Amino acid sequence: MTTTYREAIKQAIRDALNRDERVFLMGEDVGRYGGCYAVTKGLLEEFGEARIRDTPLSESAFVGAGIGAAMAGLRPIVEIMTVNFSLLALDQIVNNAATIPHMSGGQFAVPLVIRMATGAGRQLAAQHSHSLEGWYAHIPGLKIVAPATLEDARGMLWSALEDPNPVLIFEQVNLYNMEAELAADAGAVPLCGAAVRRAGRDLSLVTYGASLHKSLVAAQLLATEGIEAEVIDLRSLRPLDDATIMASLARTRRILVVDEGWRSGGISAEICARVAEQGFYDLDAPPARLCGVEVPIPYPKHLEDAAIPQVETIHAAALELVRPSGRST
Amino acid sequence: MSDFLMPSLGADMEKGKVVEWLKKPGDPIARGDVVAVVETQKGAFEIEAFEAGILGEILVPVGVEAPVGAVLARIDGPGAAPRPAMAAPAPPRPAIQPVASPPPRPAQIATGRPRISPAAARRAIELGVDTRGLSGSGPGGAIAIADVEAAARKPAAPQPSAPPTGTPGPRRGFDPAAMRQAIATAMARSKREIPHYYLSLPIDMGIASEWLAAENARRDVERRLLPAALLLKAVALALRAVPELNGFWVEGAPRLSPSIHVGWAIALRGGGLMAPAIHDADRLTLDQAMAALRDLTTRARVARVRGSEMMDPTVTVTSLGERGADSVFGVIYPPQLAIVGFGAPRITALPVGDAIRPRPVVQATLAADHRASDGALGSRLLATIDRHLQRPESL
Repeated sequence: MTTTYREAIKQAIRDALNRDERVFLMGEDVGRYGGCYAVTKGLLEEFGEARIRDTPLSESAFVGAGIGAAMAGLRPIVEIMTVNFSLLALDQIVNNAATIPHMSGGQFAVPLVIRMATGAGRQLAAQHSHSLEGWYAHIPGLKIVAPATLEDARGMLWSALEDPNPVLIFEQVNLYNMEAELAADAGAVPLCGAAVRRAGRDLSLVTYGASLHKSLVAAQLLATEGIEAEVIDLRSLRPLDDATIMASLARTRRILVVDEGWRSGGISAEICARVAEQGFYDLDAPPARLCGVEVPIPYPKHLEDAAIPQVETIHAAALELVRPSGRST
Repeated sequence: MSDFLMPSLGADMEKGKVVEWLKKPGDPIARGDVVAVVETQKGAFEIEAFEAGILGEILVPVGVEAPVGAVLARIDGPGAAPRPAMAAPAPPRPAIQPVASPPPRPAQIATGRPRISPAAARRAIELGVDTRGLSGSGPGGAIAIADVEAAARKPAAPQPSAPPTGTPGPRRGFDPAAMRQAIATAMARSKREIPHYYLSLPIDMGIASEWLAAENARRDVERRLLPAALLLKAVALALRAVPELNGFWVEGAPRLSPSIHVGWAIALRGGGLMAPAIHDADRLTLDQAMAALRDLTTRARVARVRGSEMMDPTVTVTSLGERGADSVFGVIYPPQLAIVGFGAPRITALPVGDAIRPRPVVQATLAADHRASDGALGSRLLATIDRHLQRPESL
């Protein structure tokens, strides 16, 4: 059946609410308004106020409440409108959610799930468009996932709720309207493990989220020029699936990391460092990165587009890696 | 004036083929300069000059075989036969070869070090490709795997009598079947002529391993020591104490060598074996021994071993390394007197004081020529090696 990424998430939430009475959803405007990206539209009518809860505009308060509920035995799904707003709850996420299982010596689990929108492309300007998931991937105690397909959007939520650790799910804003086939019986998928979305032999495009689809189109372009790109969907930013990355590198010997986040100190830097550490002798070219330009995401469409990786820039960077223009022969 | 001869690169070598002249008539030559490359059954070797001078007439051109001892070229004394181009006395070792060299490629100008991808460097070793002189198609003009594989596919171009360039092309590989034949001849002769006796001694490597781990923890990766360096040094020092096993059996009598040149057995990828010399191994520091091992292994695998290294090993050491068998009873390389073997380290239950402890143990073995020595002497050698390995800090 053809459906949307947005609908796949809604199905996942509905399924979780039906399967486990401990599950409930809370966040700003998730109930009466139906969610700022309309993911939860209709759920309030279906499940009632006890399980679909509108919260005050205080990220710190409702994420904290989610942590308490999780410790007390419930299975909260907390929605934060956008990753930029999650910074108001950094203390709760980093100092509490990520540390309590450790500091309690394992006596308290925090089976909390936080969903949030991330990324640019909707002309929402610099305070609503950043990609900070790489920051969160720095924090031990958290699991960070970024579903890029309908299957993962449908399947990761349940696995996240089953996990005793806090799991942050990052939904790239451009994906909500994406249409694709989703099997009627689609269900849970594991949180960890990267996926090879396209097999190739000439270079590995390592990416996640909305950049996956741009990378797949770029790979099709490259194929018309005789270059077979392998495309890896990381799916999880913490933990990273080193084995899949290194196995791909061993096949292709060239790697381009495509990441909408800023370059300096980003998740792409971490991936390149691991490639250098673990895959050094497989490298036939320096590991390369294509990242967001290091500016606050601009509002005008043409500047916003120019600030993050696009099909054309991915194609050009890949080509430069495989067939350098500045070559001397 | 002196002659530049086809050297004997081992007792079993009868002839060799000149495959490359690296100097042309009129070039100044310093002692130790590589003058020509000679191909034998065991592969291609660089032949150095033993005297300084000026290269005179070349008598054996590229592609021609000559017997051991044949005159390949004349070397004129530094003062002799002034040549128009050489008015000033030749500097002993010119820093830059005064020959037409190709324009520098971007791959090599940045640091002076060739830019080559790690994967391409590894592939070059596997394929025995000399990457010097290759042009790079990778980012920044670096040599990539495709460049190495293209060079390996290129047939060994016949080397016309064109003047040698500063960057020799890919070195000719060796014929594995010919090397097999050479090994067969030498080993059959050894077993036919040399009455071997065999000894073995388990050596507790616990102290050495701990010392090595502590030492390496302080070192940068590229300066780390491998156990092989300890083994090499221990054998060389032990041979100082038991010199009767260091040398050759010549015309019915042992001829001992005052220098200790350890032939280190190196298994070649793609089959075959050679044991080129690490000269004066007893006088090397551990760092020098390690550097010598690395250098020799790398060069052996890309067929860049020097002729002198094949000529004069006075003893052979074969170490099976981590993944080898428990012990090795070697076959002496004639006309040497002995071969020392080391098996793979194994954790073994060993009495230490009153207790049984798991210890890393290496089986040290000796195969020696019974015409030249007896078992008691051989035992002393192994015991001395053991003693040195118990005091790694003094190696």
